[in-house]
Amino acid sequence: MKNRLKVLRAERDWTQADLANALDVSRQTANAIEKGKFDPSLPLAFKIARLFTLPIEEIFFDEEATFISK
Amino acid sequence: MNMNNNNKHSETTSNPHNNTHLLQLILWTLAWLVSTALVRFGAEYIWDYQPTYSIYALVLHLTMGVGLIVANVKHLSKLDELQRKITMDAMGITLGVGLIAGIAYEQLEDIKLISYEPQIDHLIMLMAITYIMSIFIGNRKYK
Repeated sequence: MKNRLKVLRAERDWTQADLANALDVSRQTANAIEKGKFDPSLPLAFKIARLFTLPIEEIFFDEEATFISK
Repeated sequence: MNMNNNNKHSETTSNPHNNTHLLQLILWTLAWLVSTALVRFGAEYIWDYQPTYSIYALVLHLTMGVGLIVANVKHLSKLDELQRKITMDAMGITLGVGLIAGIAYEQLEDIKLISYEPQIDHLIMLMAITYIMSIFIGNRKYK
């Protein structure tokens, strides 16, 4: 699943370690989510959404749904 | 929002509580290993196979084993979701390899392909290597 985490993080001038710290996960996990290698659980996705005060769908994109709508 | 002063993350742990649980797991593992050696070598070199002492040593060994399992469960519960996935995947692969290889290895003597009795040590070594490699590959995959 693709996401805007890198952009959102850069807008706030946060490092990956800052993001990991705020989410209470390892930097490895923050990096894997950001790169789209690992999809977070729903609770973690909500936590990310709360952190950036954005709806989940403005952070994560369902590539399959995007493909179907085209 | 400045979070730079609160950067306490390492590559593999999410917070200091994880390190505490990891340390507990290491200590329980060491205690279990020592108790394993005590059962085996204590009977041979210390109490000359007296059943009472052997039973005490065995009970101690099993108690350490239970402690190790509890420490492992606690450690797993404190991992974040990716770390838990990597660990659980490695455990699943190790269990599968252990079961498949163990049964095949056990049959080698039955069908006369080897002349010696299969050793449990060989299976444990295979499982340990499989687990370590699976953890390594899992970490590389999500690096």
